[in-house]
Amino acid sequence: MATSDAYIEKRCVISGAGQSDVARRLGRNPLELTLDACLAAIEDAGLEVSDIDGLSTYPGAAAPARGFSGGGAYEVIDALRINVGWYDGGLETSGQLGSVIKACLAVGAGLCNHVVCFRSVWEGSAQGSGGRAAVGMGSEAQSGPFYASGMTEYALPFGSASAACWIAMYAQAHMHRYGTKPEQLAQIALNSRRNAGLNPKAIYRDPLTMDDYLASRMITTPFHLFDCDVPCDGATAVIVSRAETAPDLRKPPIHVEAVGTAMHDRPSWDQLKDVTRMCSHDAAAQLWSRTDLKPSDVQIAELYDGFSFLTMNWLEALGLCPIGESGPFIEGGHRIALEGELPVNTHGGQLSAGRLHGYGFIHEACVQLWGEGGARQVEKPLEVAAVAAGGGNTCGCLLLTKGR
Amino acid sequence: MTATEFRILPRLTDQNRHFWQGGERGELVFLRCQRCGTYVHPPSPICPVDHGKDLKPAAVSGRGTVAAFTINYQPWIPGMELPYVIALVEIEEQPTVRVQTNIVGCAPEDVFIGMAVEVTFEHRPDPNGDVWLPLFTPRAGA
Repeated sequence: MATSDAYIEKRCVISGAGQSDVARRLGRNPLELTLDACLAAIEDAGLEVSDIDGLSTYPGAAAPARGFSGGGAYEVIDALRINVGWYDGGLETSGQLGSVIKACLAVGAGLCNHVVCFRSVWEGSAQGSGGRAAVGMGSEAQSGPFYASGMTEYALPFGSASAACWIAMYAQAHMHRYGTKPEQLAQIALNSRRNAGLNPKAIYRDPLTMDDYLASRMITTPFHLFDCDVPCDGATAVIVSRAETAPDLRKPPIHVEAVGTAMHDRPSWDQLKDVTRMCSHDAAAQLWSRTDLKPSDVQIAELYDGFSFLTMNWLEALGLCPIGESGPFIEGGHRIALEGELPVNTHGGQLSAGRLHGYGFIHEACVQLWGEGGARQVEKPLEVAAVAAGGGNTCGCLLLTKGR
Repeated sequence: MTATEFRILPRLTDQNRHFWQGGERGELVFLRCQRCGTYVHPPSPICPVDHGKDLKPAAVSGRGTVAAFTINYQPWIPGMELPYVIALVEIEEQPTVRVQTNIVGCAPEDVFIGMAVEVTFEHRPDPNGDVWLPLFTPRAGA
């Protein structure tokens, strides 16, 4: 690792991970869920609340839609009376995991030693009986005169009211350019459901067949219902700690081998240079420039699936398969299954385990690296996991290692 | 053209009126750098290429090409007739400028990537200022 030891994320480990109850709708105080996750992660690391001196979260208290944030930095700092050397909460970063990466930078910079990082959602409860559109960006239209502005100004007037529509266009363009087939896209959803069947906390656990998938309601071509993640209530937290503290920690440390945050394109969903390529490619290239490990070293990949195509996009961006070949790579589903050569979304992803919004993937990578996956634990000994979240212009990724 | 009872309209500002109201004259209008000729969309106070601040609204031909699309079946917004085609159209003068739009005037299943299209406007009266939404339709003779 001599060439890349200088990068400061390598001074960090993930020392604990925790999660609140997770369900389609819990009807509980979202801040309580947030605190449940934070306390669980702190305990998992073998730390006390008084050891925590940093806090990082996405998106912070100011949320663009109901249910999108279950608590901000100040609320949690106050509830737990944390004395912080550093804290941050914000939406304008490299995807949901940008908050974990910022924590690594703060620890590396010496501002703090143990950072609790969290993401909390209550979109299931917020949506009530109104369906997904009730928490979408057009939802305020129901409560009086509403005009589109900001990032949705050039989308909402054309009924392009959901990221489903924006990402569907990338998926459609990928199919057009590379010949990707609907039955290949389906494997992301089918794989997630198989894995969710082994995850007691997953939301949808009943078997899903290709016929079920193809017969399901079309949302926006090529996305069927099962290509879209399921809004839920739940909070997830991980602890980023200074590597030197590892001997005092309860669990074997998970090292942050490399991170990727780059965006070499416009911060937009519709003005990117290439309609089959997202900023995931920039973030992933940066990640690989900060490590001597190679894509072939990755043993499991926990890759964002807010919409199924995003997982395929990350497979290509991270070099886990060649550009344009994610369709053939996942065809039949064997390669990405738990017993396959590259298990993907081993907990069921957001498609079946709930839209915990990015943090479900890093939680699951830690669970797998610690061998705590129970019925869904990958059998081979694991040392290297790739984790990625986001899409379009908001993308971040991490390479995690254990025992190396 | 699809008869759509309701649309969410843009909040008109001094920065975006040229785009949303150009259709009154049948024109698709973008800000253009008067020094280097770059079209800038969405509107910005500065040209991203030469950082010049002399940007003025300029009409383009209205011709473009479908770069990507999706046929939407989900009733995200009450009052929009389903299904409808959402597309990214690259404008002829500068393909790096894309507009998100609807493709109208043909069956949704007839839309394809690379399709030649031209602008058509849907006039939406509104107390805060009328809007002419730039939609696209298959280009005659293409």
